[in-house]
Amino acid sequence: MTDDTQTHERADEARALAGLSTAPVEETEGAEETEGVEGPAGVRADAGAGTFGGRREPGARGALAWLGRETAGWARWFWRQLTSMRVALILLFLLALASIPGSLIPQDTVDAPLAEDFRARNEALSGVYEKFQLFDVYSSVWFSAIYLMLFISLIGCIVPRTWQFIGQLRGRPPRAPRRLNRMPAYTTWRTEAEPEQVIDAARRLLKRRRFRADRREDGPAGAHVAAEKGYLREVGNLVFHLALIVMLVAFAAGRLSYSEGGKLVVQGEGFSNILTQYDDFESGTMFDVDQLEPFGFRLNEFHSNFSRDEIDMGTATQFRADVTYWDEEGTERDSSIEVNSPLHIGDSRVRLLGHGYAPVISVTDGQGDLAFRGPVPFLPQDKALTSTGVIKVSAYSGPDGEPDQLGFQGFFSPTFNLDAERGPHSTFPEPDLPVLTLNAFHGDLGVNAGLPQNVYQLDTSDMEQLRDESGDLLRFNLLPGESIELPDGRGTLTFERLDQWASFQITTKSGNMWALVSSLSAVVGLAASLLLQRRRVWVRAFTGDDGRTVVEMASLGRTESGKIPEELAALAAGLRPDAPLVPQDPTTAPGTPEEPAGPGASGASAQPEGSEPPAEPAESAESAAAEGARP
Amino acid sequence: MILAVGEGLADLSNTLVYSSMVVYALAFLAFTAEWILGSRSKVARTAAALTAAEGEDEAGASSAQAPAVIVRKGGSTSVLERPKVVTRSSSPARDAVPDGPGASGGDVQGDTYGRIAISLTVLAFALHFSAVVARTLAVERGPWGNMYEFSTAFSMVVTGVFLVLLAARMNVRWLGLPLVTTVLLDLGLAVAVLYTESAQLVPALDSIWMWIHVPLAIVCGGLFYVGAVGSGLFLLRDRYEANVAAGTAVRPLMASVMERLPSSVSLDKFAYRINAAVFPVWTFTIIAGAIWAENAWGRYWGWDPKEVWAFITWVAFACYLHARATAGWKGRKAAYLAIAGFLCFLINYYGVNIFFDSLHSYGGV
Ligand code: HEM
Repeated sequence: MTDDTQTHERADEARALAGLSTAPVEETEGAEETEGVEGPAGVRADAGAGTFGGRREPGARGALAWLGRETAGWARWFWRQLTSMRVALILLFLLALASIPGSLIPQDTVDAPLAEDFRARNEALSGVYEKFQLFDVYSSVWFSAIYLMLFISLIGCIVPRTWQFIGQLRGRPPRAPRRLNRMPAYTTWRTEAEPEQVIDAARRLLKRRRFRADRREDGPAGAHVAAEKGYLREVGNLVFHLALIVMLVAFAAGRLSYSEGGKLVVQGEGFSNILTQYDDFESGTMFDVDQLEPFGFRLNEFHSNFSRDEIDMGTATQFRADVTYWDEEGTERDSSIEVNSPLHIGDSRVRLLGHGYAPVISVTDGQGDLAFRGPVPFLPQDKALTSTGVIKVSAYSGPDGEPDQLGFQGFFSPTFNLDAERGPHSTFPEPDLPVLTLNAFHGDLGVNAGLPQNVYQLDTSDMEQLRDESGDLLRFNLLPGESIELPDGRGTLTFERLDQWASFQITTKSGNMWALVSSLSAVVGLAASLLLQRRRVWVRAFTGDDGRTVVEMASLGRTESGKIPEELAALAAGLRPDAPLVPQDPTTAPGTPEEPAGPGASGASAQPEGSEPPAEPAESAESAAAEGARP
Repeated sequence: MILAVGEGLADLSNTLVYSSMVVYALAFLAFTAEWILGSRSKVARTAAALTAAEGEDEAGASSAQAPAVIVRKGGSTSVLERPKVVTRSSSPARDAVPDGPGASGGDVQGDTYGRIAISLTVLAFALHFSAVVARTLAVERGPWGNMYEFSTAFSMVVTGVFLVLLAARMNVRWLGLPLVTTVLLDLGLAVAVLYTESAQLVPALDSIWMWIHVPLAIVCGGLFYVGAVGSGLFLLRDRYEANVAAGTAVRPLMASVMERLPSSVSLDKFAYRINAAVFPVWTFTIIAGAIWAENAWGRYWGWDPKEVWAFITWVAFACYLHARATAGWKGRKAAYLAIAGFLCFLINYYGVNIFFDSLHSYGGV
C-alpha cells in the first residue's frame, strides 16, 4: 500500500474519530510538539529569521514587526502549552505535592498555638520556613501560583471545549470511515433485503434507541447511517470542570467577606453583636465591621455530661447551651445550641466551641469593703478540665488605706486530686470535688499602663508574692463557700459558688451556598462524565459481489467499555428482522480482518479493495502513544 | 452508657471477629492450594505456555502492522451467535494477549480448592458482617468510632466488594488470595494493636453526617484498595508481557503466576473501572465531610491534616483519570498514580490519626 493511501485512510479514520471526546487530548499533542520544535529549531537555522517564521527586515519598523510576531508567537505557544492536558496533569500533580508540607508543619491558620510553639522550639528552622511561607502554605505565593495556573489552564481548556461541543450538537454525526471493520466493535452479515430498506430500518432503529442518527451517502455505490449517543457524558464533564471554577470563586469570596469572632459567656450573662463585645475578632478584607447584624443572646444554662464508664471515663457525651436570643426586631426566643447544631440568626451563625468553669469570687479589701465580686472564667488545660485562671483586683486599698492592687493566679480542679508529680489537678470534668488553688500577689497589675492586657495572664513583674505567717509563699485551697483571710490584714477572698461558662464562635460567611451548589453539581457532572459512554454507531449496506446486500455495523466509544460491543450486538439483533441473515460461504466469514470493506467513502476508489491486509503502522495518534508509553 | 446487653453484644462481636479470622485463614489456605495446584499442573506445561504466550505476543506485536482484530469467543459478544461482534481495544500491541486461565491454571483439583476458598470466604464474610452488626448494636452508633472499628469495617468492605464482583460473574477469582491475605493482616492488626473497648463518641462526632461521610469513606477505601491491587498486578503482568515479547528470560515461578492472571489490558481496564466508579463517590464523601465540618466547626474547609490528605487523595485520583486521557501517561505511569492515590488514602486514615495533630484525632490508638 502506498504512503498516499495510508495517509488517506488515516485521515478518513481520524474524521470518524474526531471530537468523540471534546478533549484536546491527542490532536493538539502533535500540533504542540511540532510547534514546540519549530520555535527553537527556527532560531538555530537562521539567526535572522523569527522563531515563528518571517525574516527580520532591516530598520526599526522591521524590528518592531519582528518583535510583535515573536511575542505573539511565543504567547500563543505558551498558551497552548498551558491549556494542554499534559500541563494540566503536571499542575494537578504539583498541587498534590504542594499540599503535603502544610499537613506536616503546623499552620498559623489551622492551629496558631501549635505553630507558635514550633517556632519557639526551632528558631533557626523557623526562619527558613518563614521565608518560604511554610507556616501558611495554603495562602502562600507558590501554592496560589499553582492553583491559579491550574485554573487558568482549566478555563483555557473548558471554554473552547464548550464551543466545540455546542458546534457538535448543531452539526451532524460524523460520517463512517471507509473501513468499518477497523473500528473497535464490528459486525457484518449478508441479507436478501435491499440496501435502501436496511438503511431505513437502521435509521429508525437507532432513532428509537435515542441515537442522533443521520443518513449519509457513500457516493453512487451506497449509503450509511451515522449515529451518535451519550452527549450527556460531555455535558457532565463540562459541568464538572465549570463547577470547579465556581467553587474556587465561592471559596475566594468566602475568604474575602467572612467575619469570625469568639466570645466567652458566663452562665446568666449575655452578648450583643458589636465589635467591642468580642474577645477576639477577625474578618476578610471586604467585610465591613459596621455591618455586624444587630442581635444578641443570653446564656441561661449550660449542660454537659461526661461518661463515667471505666473505658471512656471523662469522655463528653453532651454539651448544650440553653440561650435566649433576640434579633433585629427585638423579638426574643429560646433556643439551644449544641456542638453540631449552631444557632442561625440572620446571616450569622452562633456555634458552641468550648466550655469551662467560672468560680464566683469576692474579695474584700483591708478596710473591709467589697473590692471585687464576680465569676472568673478559668480556662481548661486538659480533658479532665484542670483549669488555670487569674483574678485581678484593681480597685483595692491595703490595710493602711493606701491604694494597692491584688492578683491571684492558680488552678481550678472540678474533681481535685493532688500528687507529687502533677501537683493539684483534676481527675474528672464534673465538679465532684471542686477546689480552687491560688497564689496571691500584690503590687502593680499593670492594667493602668494603657497596654492591652490578657485577662487570663498575670504580669507579676511589678508585684510581690504574699507570704503566710511562717514566711512561706502563700498558697491556699478553697472549696465553694469557703473563704480565706489574707495575711497582714489584707482582707478576705471568698469562693462563693461555681458557675459554668461556654464560649461561642459567631461567624458570617457568604459564598457558602455557591460552594455547596457548585460542589454538588461537580459530583453530578463527574458521575455523568465517568459513568456514561459517548459512542458512535455506523450501519452501512451495499450490494456485495454475489448480488446480496452486505450489512456492516461498527461502533466506537471514547473508552473501551465492554458495553459498547454489547450494545452493537443488541442493535444488530434489532436490525435482523429487517435484514434477515443468509448463510454465506466460508471464505468471507465475518469477523476476520480481511473482510472486504464497503464501497467506501469519498476518494477511496483509487484503492484495491480487500485484497491485502490493511497495514497501518499507527492507526491513530492515541494508540501509537499507548505503545510509546511502554518501556 | 453501655448496658449489660451492650457488653454482651460487644463480646459476641469480638468472638465473631475471631471466628471470621479463623475462616479467613482457612480460605487463605484453600486459595494458596488453588495457586499451588495450578502451578503443579502448569509445571509440565510452563515451557509450552511460555512459547504459546510468546507466539501470541508476537501476533500482538505484529498487529501494529496487521490490525489485531480479535474474536472474543464467548465474551461479551456471545449475545449473538452469528454474526459475531468483533472488538479491539485502543492498545493494539497487547490486544492479542488473552486472559490467563485463573489461579487454578485449569487444574481440576486446583479449581475445586478455589471453589472451596470462595465458599469459605462467603462464610468468613458472613461472620465478619455479623461482628460489625453486633458491634453496632453494642455501641448504639455507627461501627466506625475509632480505628479498631474503622479497620474492621474497612476489611469487611474489601471482602464484600470481592464477593459482589464474583456474584456479578466477573472474572476476579485471581483477586482472592491477595485480598484475603490483606484482610487477615488488617483484622490481625485491628485486634492486636488497635483494639478499643466499645466507647461513646464525643459530641462533635454525633451527627447525621457521621452516618454519611464515614461509611462512604470506608466504602471508597475498600474499593480504592481493590483498584490498587488491580493496578499493582497490572504493573507486574505488563512487565512480564514486555519481557516475554522481548524474549527476556522470566523466572519460572513468576511466569507461572503471571500466566494465570488476566492480560495487562484487562487488568488495566479492571483497575480503571473501579477507580472511575469510586471517584465521584469519593468526591461526594469529601463534600459531605465539608458540610459536617461547617456544622461542627464553623468552616467547611480548614486545611486540617485530615482534610489536606483527603484533598491530596482526591487530586491523585484526578491525576490518574487525566493521565489515562493523556498520551505518554497512560499505562504504567497512570497505574503508579492510582497506587499513589491509594497510599494517600492510607496515610490519611492511619498516618493522620497517629502522627498528626488533627481535629480528627478520634483515633483512640
Ligand atoms: C482542577 C483540577 C481538575 C480536575 C480535578 C479534573 C478532573 C477531571 C476528571 C475527573 C475527568 C474525567 C476523566 C475521564 O473522563 O476519564 C476530567 C476530564 C478531563 N479534564 Fe479535567 N480536571 C481538572 C483540571 C483540568 C484542566 C486544567 C484541564 C485542561 C487542560 C482539564 C481537562 C480535561 C479534559 C479535556 C478532560 C476530558 C478527558 C476525557 O474525555 O477523557 N481538566 N477532568
